[in-house]
Amino acid sequence: MQALVIVAHGSHLNPDSSAPTYDHADTIRDVGAFDEVKTGFWKEEPSLREVLRTVESDEVFVVPMFISEGYFTEQVIPRELRLDGWDVSEWDSDGLNASHATLTASDTDQWVHYCGPVGTHESMTDVLVRRAESVTGDPDVGDGFGLAVVGHGTERNENSAKAIEYHAERIREMDRFDEVQALYMDEEPEVDDVTDYFESEDVVVVPLFIADGFHTQEDIPEDMGLTDDYRTGYDVPAEVDGHRIWYAGAVGTEALMADVVLERAAEAGADVGDAVERVRRRTRGTPAAGD
Amino acid sequence: MHAGQLDALLDAVDASDGVAFDGLHAGRADDGFYFETPHTERTGLSEAEFRDVAESNPWFVSNWFYWTREVGLGDRGESETNAESDTARRDGGNARRAFLRWAENADDHGVPERYEALADGVTREWGQLCVTATVADHGERRYHLRHVADADADLSSLDVYADPLEARSIVTYDERGRYRPLKTAPTLPDGWAFTDLDGRALVETVDTVYPATIPNWYREQEGRLDVTHWHETADRQTGIYDIIDELDEEAVEWIAESCCVDSQCLKRRMWDADEETELDADRGDGVFPCREPCSLVVAAARKWTTLEREESQTYEFELTPSEKEQVEEIIDTVAEGRTEEIREADVYEGANRYRARFLRAKRFDDHGNLSGTPTDE
Ligand code: SF4
Repeated sequence: MQALVIVAHGSHLNPDSSAPTYDHADTIRDVGAFDEVKTGFWKEEPSLREVLRTVESDEVFVVPMFISEGYFTEQVIPRELRLDGWDVSEWDSDGLNASHATLTASDTDQWVHYCGPVGTHESMTDVLVRRAESVTGDPDVGDGFGLAVVGHGTERNENSAKAIEYHAERIREMDRFDEVQALYMDEEPEVDDVTDYFESEDVVVVPLFIADGFHTQEDIPEDMGLTDDYRTGYDVPAEVDGHRIWYAGAVGTEALMADVVLERAAEAGADVGDAVERVRRRTRGTPAAGD
Repeated sequence: MHAGQLDALLDAVDASDGVAFDGLHAGRADDGFYFETPHTERTGLSEAEFRDVAESNPWFVSNWFYWTREVGLGDRGESETNAESDTARRDGGNARRAFLRWAENADDHGVPERYEALADGVTREWGQLCVTATVADHGERRYHLRHVADADADLSSLDVYADPLEARSIVTYDERGRYRPLKTAPTLPDGWAFTDLDGRALVETVDTVYPATIPNWYREQEGRLDVTHWHETADRQTGIYDIIDELDEEAVEWIAESCCVDSQCLKRRMWDADEETELDADRGDGVFPCREPCSLVVAAARKWTTLEREESQTYEFELTPSEKEQVEEIIDTVAEGRTEEIREADVYEGANRYRARFLRAKRFDDHGNLSGTPTDE
């Protein structure tokens, strides 16, 4: 038997934090690629300490719903899952290319394939583009549009900015949008000045965040001037300084994220059959975030 | 019992030295087949006679079939002699099976008593859940789940669900629509029912309502619950939680008393300061154990760590005796989560809103200082 366990941060305060993790787990469960699909959280239950106990399978693929490699993926998750002999060198990564490592969970004796985070996977680029399609309602969006990928910045984790740059560059290479720009919340180029960085009238703004929360629902919309008070909501698109800002909300809520999770597990050796194709078909068109 | 179950029993008898399960002993000896229960003892049977005897003891056969062929044999449960099962090798499978057996009191009653009880439904409580086991045709168990407060409610008055994952929508918010960060808080909303679940779906639903309680309960039943006490938990923390090992034992005691008693959490606290040092706070009577401080407690402990760094100071306040008592009443009311219960015009309650507003108007200065006494002196 093989199981998929999606691990995520979760929240004591905000139920939206775990919602995308549940949604993507449901999508993957529905295509039947695994005998079991479970979720575990740092701040919710089952905890990372106990999630493996809820899994009956011997072989477990663990995929972190995190944006970048760093404190959580390198220290917290392996420690809490009790992955025997874990060392970050197992991933042999430069901060962007962790794929997977196979270890035994000492708590349950399960064979755990510990995968790199979803955020750094190359197919995440497709999810960002899909998010732009969802929010504009245009499957061919690109021409005449700018695209901004937004992240925290390096303050908390240098790899977080690497992931933003990586995807921004890949989207640029697609030659689909007129302009592509990486923006940050706590460093230059700042998301506050989004309109300074684009000539295109229409700009899609996609935060590279796993879930909607304080940053994506309150900070970023207010910083960009979509609204004075996040509680009153904002228009999609919203007029700011002569630009139309199509604010997409956290990319992690896009249904196609389930595909990234699956691909991570498949690359670690999970036998998922044609599930990747089926998930890609099923996850067309998530309703856009907004007011 | 159906014919396939009897065939399966005969296959099992052929493939092993005999079957021994829940009071049923069946096998083949030199003088022919034998079939024994607490009430029947037949030996030297031909296959046709064996089938006849089995057919007149259908409960024993269907019971054997349900537990060994549908639920799966546990590693440590009753066994078919020499027969190995590969269906439930992990703890998870054993835990599921042990929970389902708990649900029908399987360890306390023989098969006939159980079947009679199951005909009406056997109900047990798991936190705020009411688990009812019933038996359908051919010994197949069906399970029903609802809130303990709805134990006697008419099904038509409840929202009925079938998919275990739908339980997520029930457990996310409390009756007042507030997010529930702790799944084992005694704030599970009522008014719903899951009906006609098989064993796997029942366990999945319970695991959605109270995650990981079944495997931890199972480990405890097996005498190998691994408890991680406070000090070990605090030492393991890194990042922003690294500081919680500063808290002294008295503060840990207050944490357990604040967060872990039954009025706040239905898990039975098994962790203490460390293996040698028990905490006095009530552990609770819950059926499932708490094996280590949870993330909510760790996060709260971080706040208390920084607050406890402050030294006490002496302040001078002017309060009438009734006002002092009112302050105490307000703290009590908030601590017990009773503020919502206090009626709008019930000015006899110290924590009544008008009473609190009057006290504030009288005793706070323009900067919100009690009795005009500044916080930093
Ligand atoms: S530590 Fe355990 S008993 Fe205390 S609140 Fe958390 S889960 Fe409940």
